[in-house]
Amino acid sequence: MTHPPDTGPAPVLALKGVSKSFGAVRALRDVSLELLPGEVHALAGENGAGKSTLIKTLAGVHRPDAGQVLLDGEPVVFHGPRDARDAGIAVIHQEPTLFPDLSIAENIFMGRRPRRALGRIDHKATRAATAALIRRLGVDLDPDRPARGLSIADQQIVEIAKALSFDARVLIMDEPTAALTGSEVARLFGVVRTLRDRGAAVLFVSHRLEEIFEIGRRVTTLRDGARIAGEPLAGMTEDDLVRRMVGRDLDELYPKQDVEPGEVVLSVRRLTREGVFTDVSFEVRRGEIVGLAGLVGAGRTEVARAVFGVDRWDAGEVEVAGRRLRGGAPSVAMAAGLALVPEDRRAQGLVMNLSIERNIGLTGLRTTARAGLMNRGAERSRSLDWAVRLQVKYARIADAVATLSGGNQQKVVLAKWLATGPQVLIVDEPTRGIDVGTKAEVHRLLGALAADGVAVLMISSDLPEILGMADRVLVMHEGRISAEIPRSAATEETVMAAATGRAAA
Amino acid sequence: MPESLTRAVRWDTVVGALLIALLLLSFGCVDGFGNALNLSFLLGNTLPIALIALPMTLLVVAGEIDLSVASTAGLSGAVMGRLWNEGMAIEQIIPLCLLLGVVCGLVNGLLVTRLGLPSLAVTIGTLAAYRGIAQIVLGSDAVTDFPSPYLEFAAGRVGDSFLPRAFLPFLVLLAIAVVLLHATPFGRSLFAIGAGEEAARFAGIRVKRTKLFLFVATGTMSALTGVFWALHYASARYDNATGLELSVVAAVLLGGIDFDGGKGTIGGAIAGVFLLGASQNVMSLLSVSAQSQIVVTGVLLVVSVLGPRVARQLAVARRSA
Repeated sequence: MTHPPDTGPAPVLALKGVSKSFGAVRALRDVSLELLPGEVHALAGENGAGKSTLIKTLAGVHRPDAGQVLLDGEPVVFHGPRDARDAGIAVIHQEPTLFPDLSIAENIFMGRRPRRALGRIDHKATRAATAALIRRLGVDLDPDRPARGLSIADQQIVEIAKALSFDARVLIMDEPTAALTGSEVARLFGVVRTLRDRGAAVLFVSHRLEEIFEIGRRVTTLRDGARIAGEPLAGMTEDDLVRRMVGRDLDELYPKQDVEPGEVVLSVRRLTREGVFTDVSFEVRRGEIVGLAGLVGAGRTEVARAVFGVDRWDAGEVEVAGRRLRGGAPSVAMAAGLALVPEDRRAQGLVMNLSIERNIGLTGLRTTARAGLMNRGAERSRSLDWAVRLQVKYARIADAVATLSGGNQQKVVLAKWLATGPQVLIVDEPTRGIDVGTKAEVHRLLGALAADGVAVLMISSDLPEILGMADRVLVMHEGRISAEIPRSAATEETVMAAATGRAAA
Repeated sequence: MPESLTRAVRWDTVVGALLIALLLLSFGCVDGFGNALNLSFLLGNTLPIALIALPMTLLVVAGEIDLSVASTAGLSGAVMGRLWNEGMAIEQIIPLCLLLGVVCGLVNGLLVTRLGLPSLAVTIGTLAAYRGIAQIVLGSDAVTDFPSPYLEFAAGRVGDSFLPRAFLPFLVLLAIAVVLLHATPFGRSLFAIGAGEEAARFAGIRVKRTKLFLFVATGTMSALTGVFWALHYASARYDNATGLELSVVAAVLLGGIDFDGGKGTIGGAIAGVFLLGASQNVMSLLSVSAQSQIVVTGVLLVVSVLGPRVARQLAVARRSA
């Protein structure tokens, strides 16, 4: 399975000894990388390891301070993303940016649509060309459909089709699966394999290790801007890869201790919000981590929002520690001992322009105040205390949270909620888009909280996470709880079967 | 190093420095600026802007705006004049006018928080509506014969000093606003709402209730200002305080309150108010026409929106250099 570079096909695109600094930060140090035609090359590394800088260097956004970019073996200088695109390099981002009111066909041929006589746009030719591109990818999408309302997965397909329309030979995929469900990932991988088999060189970036192993042939690992290894994936284990990424052995990735569950703290009965979720009942006990699995759109997040009071419910009831909760107000839920680490860290979890101190302080405005006035000392020590306990990496507590990496931002959200001393902690996609090291820290933290008697409800689309962490797994399908699976019986198959409505376990 | 840089270019400090520079220059170079009578005119004429700027600052920090303030003030004055003409006692009229301000603010606030309409659009609508009602209430009359103790309070000075008597209650309101915005959980929540409304809601802050309160406070203060205006100039007319919203918004933005919400200080806003008031006073002393003064106000408004952005970009540029 190995690919000796001197006998195999010549690399389409390569980096040779590339270094790049931003001010005092050395983002890349003497990094080399070769992308071969017909091969998927994975790029691994924690947040801040230099992956983004590497991608931007390949895509013509950054110019290296030292070293060369080689295209078909010849040194090239990209003066901008346009040069890279003209050279056949396309980047597919985690969250595509299409024009929502234009059709798929119009998005793909934006600014260069086929013309008829007198410069009139040839709609028929545009549509036909789009249909052909989409067919080549082996998916089914109507070229006339507006981009608005397309799932992120479909939007990525459109972006890939667009890349094909530019005759892209190199496809750089920057965490394309972060927001996709299992079946969407499978479809995307099908498309990637099709392109690979037609001779495209693919650079694939993901935080999900199992995906790297599934789709990649070789992997380059970055740590602190330097290339740690470039090697075939065959024969490697996930542990090997993690060790290269973090530079040390990780403890067990999913450190859920066995805890004897205590009394019921959160009890949800027949909760219904019309058109969103129906007849949802479950309980979470002290010391328990209950996983809430299901496809995106199954209503998991909506249930969490309703329980926490962000949205109203139409029928049913919620009890916290035996007391009925009045719905419709997060402040009431907080007072009852609930905490919610929401799905969208940047919009819902944090006020990005406020400091770490103020963000953590936000949940303690009333409790730290004295005689109605802010007690700055108390606010600061509360924030500092929790930032330190969760090992948030920051320069100053007064820095805006926007300056932190994704993983550290998530720790600030956790700090903000743990500081309220919750009895019930609901976490919605707690490790989405954060690096392996921080992910393990978050898992360890959730395990420790449960051991301390907190009831944890964990919503996640990351199946290994659910299976590794949860004592019980609830599965939602189309707004209802379709299964409750004990830890012993929970496997990818049983959970996915319930999530897709194929069987009631 | 970045901290000292950002502090050096903080916009409200810049405005404070500009105000001091303008005052020093005017004391030295503009005839008639420094005498007590002129200074009392300056303060008295600026007071309406300053009063409304207090709640407006809170509102803009929370990401909303109220353009109906001058019309609310006009309506309050018109109702005051009408009721006085009808023979009601001034002690009863003034609380009624304040209540009217509460209602005006409630209307704005409910339209924004219950129907989810943008405050800019809502309050442009009520700007026209409240002024129209004022005209219906009072027609083209001018009511001038309010009881003299009230007129003296609104127009008089503290002894022989330059301080208007009404300035002292203003200082109390100013202190309340400073404490409210900068030293209470309520103030903290305003910054959070302005900078990230959804995150604020997820953190248990009652966003709608808070905004409704701010609109009511702004309406009430506008009505109070309408009462003060009618007494200060001894004239209640339906078109009192026309265009005052421009001065208030210009002053608040000039003081570094970010139009997008989430940033600003009461100190900056008040510096902006008096920078605007002092420059209008100086222009009058230099015989600049009223029309040209409006042009200057407009230019200041544009500068005040641009200024902080330019300052921020300079700070970023210097930091990364």
